[in-house]
Amino acid sequence: MSGVHRPGGDRSRGEPASPRAGAAAATGDAAAAPRPKVEVRGLRVSFYGEEAIKGISLDIHERRILGIIGPAGSAKTTFLRALDRMNELSEGCRTEGQVLIDGADVYGPGVDPVALRKRVGMVFAMPMPLPLSIYENVVYGTRLKGTAAKSASELDELVEACLRSAFLWDEVKDRLGSSGLKLSGGQQQRLCLARTLAVNPEIILLDEPCSGLDPISTAKIEEALANLKERHTIVLVTNNTKQAARASDETAFFLMGELVELGSTASIFTNPKDRRTEDYVTGRFG
Amino acid sequence: MNSHKLSQWAAVAVLAAATALILAVLAFIVFFVLEKGLPQISLGFLLDRPRNMGKEGGIGPAIVGTLLLSLLAIAVALPLGVGTAIYLSEYTRESRLTKAIRFGTDCLAGIPSIIFGLFGYIFFVTTLRLGWSLIAGALTLAIMILPTLIRTSEEAIRAVPRSWREVSLSLGATRWETVRKVVLPNALPGILTGVMLSFGRSIGETAAVIYTAGSSFRLPRGAFDSVRTLAVHFYILAREGLSTEKAYGTAAVLVIAVLAVNATTYALMNRFIRRRSR
Repeated sequence: MSGVHRPGGDRSRGEPASPRAGAAAATGDAAAAPRPKVEVRGLRVSFYGEEAIKGISLDIHERRILGIIGPAGSAKTTFLRALDRMNELSEGCRTEGQVLIDGADVYGPGVDPVALRKRVGMVFAMPMPLPLSIYENVVYGTRLKGTAAKSASELDELVEACLRSAFLWDEVKDRLGSSGLKLSGGQQQRLCLARTLAVNPEIILLDEPCSGLDPISTAKIEEALANLKERHTIVLVTNNTKQAARASDETAFFLMGELVELGSTASIFTNPKDRRTEDYVTGRFG
Repeated sequence: MNSHKLSQWAAVAVLAAATALILAVLAFIVFFVLEKGLPQISLGFLLDRPRNMGKEGGIGPAIVGTLLLSLLAIAVALPLGVGTAIYLSEYTRESRLTKAIRFGTDCLAGIPSIIFGLFGYIFFVTTLRLGWSLIAGALTLAIMILPTLIRTSEEAIRAVPRSWREVSLSLGATRWETVRKVVLPNALPGILTGVMLSFGRSIGETAAVIYTAGSSFRLPRGAFDSVRTLAVHFYILAREGLSTEKAYGTAAVLVIAVLAVNATTYALMNRFIRRRSR
């Protein structure tokens, strides 16, 4: 269970020692007592019999940012895609274990992956606007079946709000009708973030969202995430350990499909328990 | 070094010669037909009906018959073809069954059109008692162009980036919504190419329609009327030695029609691609 990986003495942050401890609720501050939004239990994912995720259990807390770091091939992306059942779109994929969101297993019988993906949004590593206008990109998810129909003015408001949240509004407000493909890479990625936000998912998964971006675009996305965690639970996979250090509340270190260590970001980066974590975050390997 | 340059030069020369040869053959055929045929074409020739077995008069009903037959064939085959392509590429995983389906369509594409004509005659004309008619001819043509439509549509659908599908699905779209909103709009130019290729093939088809649509001189008044296509008209005129002049005139109209269809296809495709990439 996750407790194994989480250091007990979380002294480096001005937050309760153990985020799971119910006692923190006594302070009356909901943000200070995050509950596990997602509980991953014994997750194993294999492709054509080759195991990519070798049994991972961890908790993801509500309205926090969990950073996942690890060298290439650590199955960070596969883990992320297991949370919204995107792995099963690939051939030869097999998933075992449980992923509980609000206590309900997303791999349980009768769970509709389509409905699940409306609750769990994803931003991919490569900026991937659809070949539509900026406006249509943002409202894509809200035009789908199973989402409440919105009036034109409601859609306009939604587009503005989401683009503002993604720090893109000022750059594109005069050309919402032009193609999303004509934006720069950094703008495209923020458009993708806005598009995910428009569905209003409870959980946002980001798969190395800044891997191809310049520092300014990266800073804008990180700023956006910092605001978004007030309302969303965020999982941020990153190849950039510094980004995890800057942006996440908790950090998990993955290696070869296993979870090596999970703790508050400060403790992972200043006082890692595992030798391999220390080597990785200090740049000695990986 | 010298041999390097020589082989390079030789490769360019051979490729250029092959291209030139093909263009020359095409140009020769087109000019030959147009040179003999264009003088025969007049407004009266295009609008009038054939008289005296086609020795006199025009080809009006044949033009109408050709267009109706081809359009009807596309209307029948397009939903089937695109549907099959969507099913194969979006709803099935690569398996022995899909390979068998693909192999089957490829075989179907290689069957000589006279065989389709024979099948159409036996099945649609006699068994289903449709008679020599527009509908029997169109159904036969539809079967004939189906493989082309399936394969070109499938190629076009596969060319749509997988990542766009993933984005759509990750936003909570169903497979069908993804097909409708992302896959099909972006596969449209390719599908259109297949439609135009099929249309061109239908216009010029003789063997498959002569046994199924018949060769009536008259303007069809319904789906169960027999029609004569341009290609059939040309075939009969030339084969029976009725009128070489009228045959060339018909051939010229046919060639112009096919060229026009192809030119329109390219124009539409280019416009579509430019609009998408803007």
